[in-house]
Amino acid sequence: MKIKGTIFNIQRFSLHDGPGIRTTVFFKGCPLNCIWCQNPEGISREPLLIRQQQKCISCYSCFEQCPQGAVKKGISGPKVDLSLCQSCFKCSEICPTGAIEKAGRMIRTEDLVGELLKDRLVFEESGGGVTFSGGEPFLQPAFLIGALQLLKQKGIHTVIETCGYSAWKPLEQAAALTDLFLYDLKLIDEDQYLKYTGISGTEILKNLKKLVNLNVAIQVRMPIIKGINDDQKSLNQAAAYLREAGIKTIELIPYHNFGEAKYEKIGLEYKLKGMSKYSDADLQIVRTILNKAGIMTNSEGELNDHSRTGRN
Amino acid sequence: MITAERGATERVKKLRAQSESTAPEISLERALLVTEAYRQNYGKVSKPLLRALTFKHLMENKTICINDGELLVGERGPGPQETPTYPELCCHTLADLDVISERKKISFKVSEKTKKTQQEEIIPYWTGLSMREKIFENMSPAWLDCYEAGLFTEFMEQRAPGHTVADDKIYRTGMLDLVSRIKVKLTELENGDDPDSAAKQDQLQAMAICAEALIRFAERHAEMAEEKARVEQDSARKDELLEIARVCRQVPAQAPRNMWEALQYYWFVHLGVITELNTWDAFCPGRLDQHLEPFYRQDLAAGNLDCERARELLQCFWVKFNNQPAPPKVGITLKESGTYTDFANINLGGVKADGSDGVNDLTYLLLEVIDEMRLLQPSTNVQVSKKNPDLFIRKAGEVIRRGWGQPSVFNVEAVIQELLTQGKSLVDARCGGTSGCVETGAFGKESYILTGYFNLTKVLEITINDGVDPATGKLIGLGSGKEVQFDSFDQLMDAFKRQLDHFIEIKITGNQIIEELYAKNMPAPFLSLIIDDCLENARDYNAGGSRYNTNYVQGVGIGSITDSLAALKKHVFEDKKYTWQELKEILQKNFAGREEVRQYLIHKTPHYGNDDDYADSIMKQVFKLFYESVNGRPSYRGGTYRINMLPTTCHVYFGSVIGATPDGRLSGLPLSEGISPVQGVDLNGPTAVIKSAAKMDHLLTGGTLLNVKFTPQVLAGDKGLDSLVHLVRSYFRMDGHHVQFNVVDAETLKKAQQNPEAYGNLIVRVAGYSDYFNNLSEQLQNEIIQRTAHESL
Repeated sequence: MKIKGTIFNIQRFSLHDGPGIRTTVFFKGCPLNCIWCQNPEGISREPLLIRQQQKCISCYSCFEQCPQGAVKKGISGPKVDLSLCQSCFKCSEICPTGAIEKAGRMIRTEDLVGELLKDRLVFEESGGGVTFSGGEPFLQPAFLIGALQLLKQKGIHTVIETCGYSAWKPLEQAAALTDLFLYDLKLIDEDQYLKYTGISGTEILKNLKKLVNLNVAIQVRMPIIKGINDDQKSLNQAAAYLREAGIKTIELIPYHNFGEAKYEKIGLEYKLKGMSKYSDADLQIVRTILNKAGIMTNSEGELNDHSRTGRN
Repeated sequence: MITAERGATERVKKLRAQSESTAPEISLERALLVTEAYRQNYGKVSKPLLRALTFKHLMENKTICINDGELLVGERGPGPQETPTYPELCCHTLADLDVISERKKISFKVSEKTKKTQQEEIIPYWTGLSMREKIFENMSPAWLDCYEAGLFTEFMEQRAPGHTVADDKIYRTGMLDLVSRIKVKLTELENGDDPDSAAKQDQLQAMAICAEALIRFAERHAEMAEEKARVEQDSARKDELLEIARVCRQVPAQAPRNMWEALQYYWFVHLGVITELNTWDAFCPGRLDQHLEPFYRQDLAAGNLDCERARELLQCFWVKFNNQPAPPKVGITLKESGTYTDFANINLGGVKADGSDGVNDLTYLLLEVIDEMRLLQPSTNVQVSKKNPDLFIRKAGEVIRRGWGQPSVFNVEAVIQELLTQGKSLVDARCGGTSGCVETGAFGKESYILTGYFNLTKVLEITINDGVDPATGKLIGLGSGKEVQFDSFDQLMDAFKRQLDHFIEIKITGNQIIEELYAKNMPAPFLSLIIDDCLENARDYNAGGSRYNTNYVQGVGIGSITDSLAALKKHVFEDKKYTWQELKEILQKNFAGREEVRQYLIHKTPHYGNDDDYADSIMKQVFKLFYESVNGRPSYRGGTYRINMLPTTCHVYFGSVIGATPDGRLSGLPLSEGISPVQGVDLNGPTAVIKSAAKMDHLLTGGTLLNVKFTPQVLAGDKGLDSLVHLVRSYFRMDGHHVQFNVVDAETLKKAQQNPEAYGNLIVRVAGYSDYFNNLSEQLQNEIIQRTAHESL
């Protein structure tokens, strides 16, 4: 049986997704739709077109190539009418400059692992390995478990970045195969969850507690977004939940707006348009609130040794 | 230029500031003294004696100076930054002097008096007599065509075949000891029946004259120090001057007894080597930390100095190197390249003769010294062995990530294997290292000269054009310039191989003649004292007297030719997206009106540097052809031709003579440098770059140069430093030879380009050496900005 999955990037020399020098693979598709998402090209399950107008030299190769007539001649170069697009990706194949690119490709587990093993020696030297990210890796559980099994056989250290929205069985299976979970704790309040991520947070919060009980290494990470989860009430709720779960330390990921430009490229609206990077001063306030509530905090990049678990 | 005050003591700060703020100036004193010596002796004595008497004349008569406050003495010119010329090698025309004085970068002051002297006394005597003229007279029309087309360069038309490095022998041996050994040898020859006895005796006598001349040179400094001490009012300085006098009477006549003497001894030897002939070819003390360590330990124990005094002495030593800008070149080479660096590249760390860890306390002190001094010269590198502690490479990494360009990083195990592969003994290999940019050598025992850069991508251009250079329309390769059609990629590669062999043959045939010219006309009896086994063999350094003799041909543009071939293979032979004729015409027109083709070639071709076997296997194929074409050919001196892969700045010149290439490069733009990927196409991060680079068999070379540029934030914090160490260790596990890091962000560089005054002290690593960013041509500046900044996303 050949398992295939869809990914949208393999990034080597990742320094911030676990210990050492890592290769991070981004799985395509996410069950959540967080309004602050920084990888919006990873949300849909299917491959999609990424367009960067500034790279376009108006050669109209795409116009000539499109069987659907979805590419129109605009005033400032070709324009893709997504409502007509049948996702054949002939335009991205022909586009000479990378102004139209395809995000997402199918790959067999074995081939993926082959790619991931290219930096094996660097992993060994640096204590690094492979990180599964996305999108949401658990949206493609068989593909994920298959890859984890092969990597485990090769002795490669693995990390899974997850939002925690998954059936329990694959999480349990993965826990036996991986070395570390980077588990996102975004919100606690159910209404907030629905409002900002589009789904219920109940299973996510349950799954984290269950994983903690399996005694696997977990680093809980919390994105901090102005006006959404950085108020005293939300933070105290988070702290109470973490204490109950037996988690003493979390990593804070202050909001940044690097992802904003991506929305335009894929034709989506960015709901947090204009929001600036979360300030150090505000982060300090968040930190103080959490610390007072008994939770230790590290900022992104500060905590290098992710093998320290959330239950330290 | 904004120059921060740097240095551990007031003395060092003053000396460093003097070194940095003094404008380089051409001095004709050497040229005049050499001319006098030649007028007196040329044609009357053998060539070794002619050169020895010339050296003696220089050492006895050149202006000497002791700068205020300095502890180590001696300059190549009459004073700091005063730079001699070498008319016996290549004689500057008045037009050259104008270029030198008028150009914005790497300029030297040239006084009216200098121009007049050059015109009236130097040029008339040396016309027809300089090595450069002899060389061009003796080259074949085919060689001259290739040279003009930019297929290769020739180092020896501008300088003597230097490129060697000192080992530890001078710290155990005085010049008088060498003279005694020479006398024993002379007696043996007089009593023996060696058929070459007369020539050998001449050589040995010449060497003895040079040894004594250097002693006299030191004595003159002692006399000057004593004279200055007599009138010195400051008692502390008076004592220092008297100590300088004592040091200069001890060394180089006898072996040094302490660290001060050891440094002064080396410095006299250095001045001897770079005054004798224009060896702006990298002469340096080599493994300085290991050589000095016994003196340092002993001085500390005896209470002669403490760590801070040692630091001050070393910093004074650093200033000395920086006081000697490299002599400017002549002709077209003068216009095309320029740097003040002399390519002295001090080695730290490595292993000892017995193979054990060579890092010692002085290694760490020296790392601090180089970071405190931040001078253009000398260059420094760390020799990293699996036996060295991680602390060593982390400390070096801390200096590297500050981003001013030093030190570069070498793989000891690879260097040793390269030397062993070339037939060196294990101990000689362990005591060797790297010099110049990245060149492997057995320090103190080998003459490993660079013969010139070789333009691999130009060979492809000529292959595509069936032997014709499209820049001139001249037939210089094999073939007849007809339209050629290759049916397969393999056919193309076969044709490339034939052209490559043809041009290598022309290059090396020329080199054999040049080598003979140097052996017969321009011996280096002083340098022959320093390099084993010239004395034992009674044979000159330039005539094959060294224990090992190697001639390197340096391949340039491996990234550009690989990507060009990959583009042809994929788009013409496999996908048939373009026909051969169609693409050839597009290239001839420099992609005019066909930007979409250029973009397609750039974006849809597998590039070297991404750990993609499609491209990397082509790189391996080209490397193998180049290696097989050059490696193992015997040299005139009894040595061997070998390859290394480094460009210095020649990739810019070589690019300027090549039209548009199938990788999408526009006509005249620079080629890829060293073994680095084409600028900006390595999109899979630095681990993919080192993987691609390591697919080349580095152990078959005498050095490769890999440049990896980082923005400072990637290397920030403990994790950044860890990653730097891990990248280096990984690359070296794969037998990578060398890697150097540029730690700057593109924005900073752009700002520096627009506002050079505000960034006067910005040093960047160019290619095997560092230079002030402001000193680089705009083209080279742009290229450095463009080189992929490996952002950790």
